[in-house]
Amino acid sequence: MGGSYPCGSCKLLRRRCAKDCIFAPYFPSDDPHKFAIVHKVFGSSNVSKMLQELPIHQRADAVSSLVYEANARVRDPVYGCVGAISHLQNQVSQLQMQLAVAQAEILCIQMHQDPTLPTHQIDSDNKSLLLLHNNHNNLPQHLNFTSPSNVIQDPLKRESLWT
Amino acid sequence: MSYSTRCAACKSLRRRCPQDCILAPYFPSNDPQRFASVQKIFGASNTTKILQQLPVHQRAEAADCMSFEAASRIQDPVYGCVGIISQLHQQILTTQHELAMTQAQLAFHYAQQETQQERRIMTQSQVQYDGPSSWFDPNQKEPFYLDQPLPDFHQPPGFL
Repeated sequence: MGGSYPCGSCKLLRRRCAKDCIFAPYFPSDDPHKFAIVHKVFGSSNVSKMLQELPIHQRADAVSSLVYEANARVRDPVYGCVGAISHLQNQVSQLQMQLAVAQAEILCIQMHQDPTLPTHQIDSDNKSLLLLHNNHNNLPQHLNFTSPSNVIQDPLKRESLWT
Repeated sequence: MSYSTRCAACKSLRRRCPQDCILAPYFPSNDPQRFASVQKIFGASNTTKILQQLPVHQRAEAADCMSFEAASRIQDPVYGCVGIISQLHQQILTTQHELAMTQAQLAFHYAQQETQQERRIMTQSQVQYDGPSSWFDPNQKEPFYLDQPLPDFHQPPGFL
């Protein structure tokens, strides 16, 4: 065995840290918690496989996101990261609603300022006019926790989360 | 136990599916992909451990969330669902900015209107513009793990 100090993962796994250890660049020995949490949630062999399937220049970011996800899962064993996604989606929805209301007000003002615009198209509630054109109505409700049996629908429709 | 009633997990693990199989309620045999992705990312025994540590009434949602995270990680092996979080943060910033601009436009218009109608200098705007931070409800409680800052990615997660 060489004189090199084992990385954080080999230390935890109590094994020799090879020169080409896949974990060593990302799990230093001075931060044992980092590997511990990833190992707890994903398992070392799963993490190793995931890293092996990635080009080297993407592995650091992959480790960062795995650590983040593992931390979220440990702190919230039920929802993990998905709780954050749901919360942020609600924030986006609220903001887009507020934006739609503000834009409807602007439209109303413009309509009043320019009498040449066709008035029969103006509803008493201009908000509904803009709401129809605003994408927030189409925000997919991926995550519905009201029904325990409701499987998260089509989790991969990411394009429609934002315009 | 008849093999035809094995859950997806036990089928995949090639084992007998007992009556009290902890995974069976959440990984039915008619959706083998759901367990396959969870097994690939979390592993069967980790999944079992995580569910075992939860009260029964919370396990269905935990299984749903793990399934979502696993599917996200398979689709995006670098960022997984953290990529979604990052992009949502960005979308919030963009929408906040747009809302601030629109509100500023409104404030300007109302200020102009008042000047024209009353012919006096406004000392107080009717529409208070406090900047983007006021559009959020400050009392809205965020999940505690949002205190955890997003990692500094070398390459920011892009739109897929």
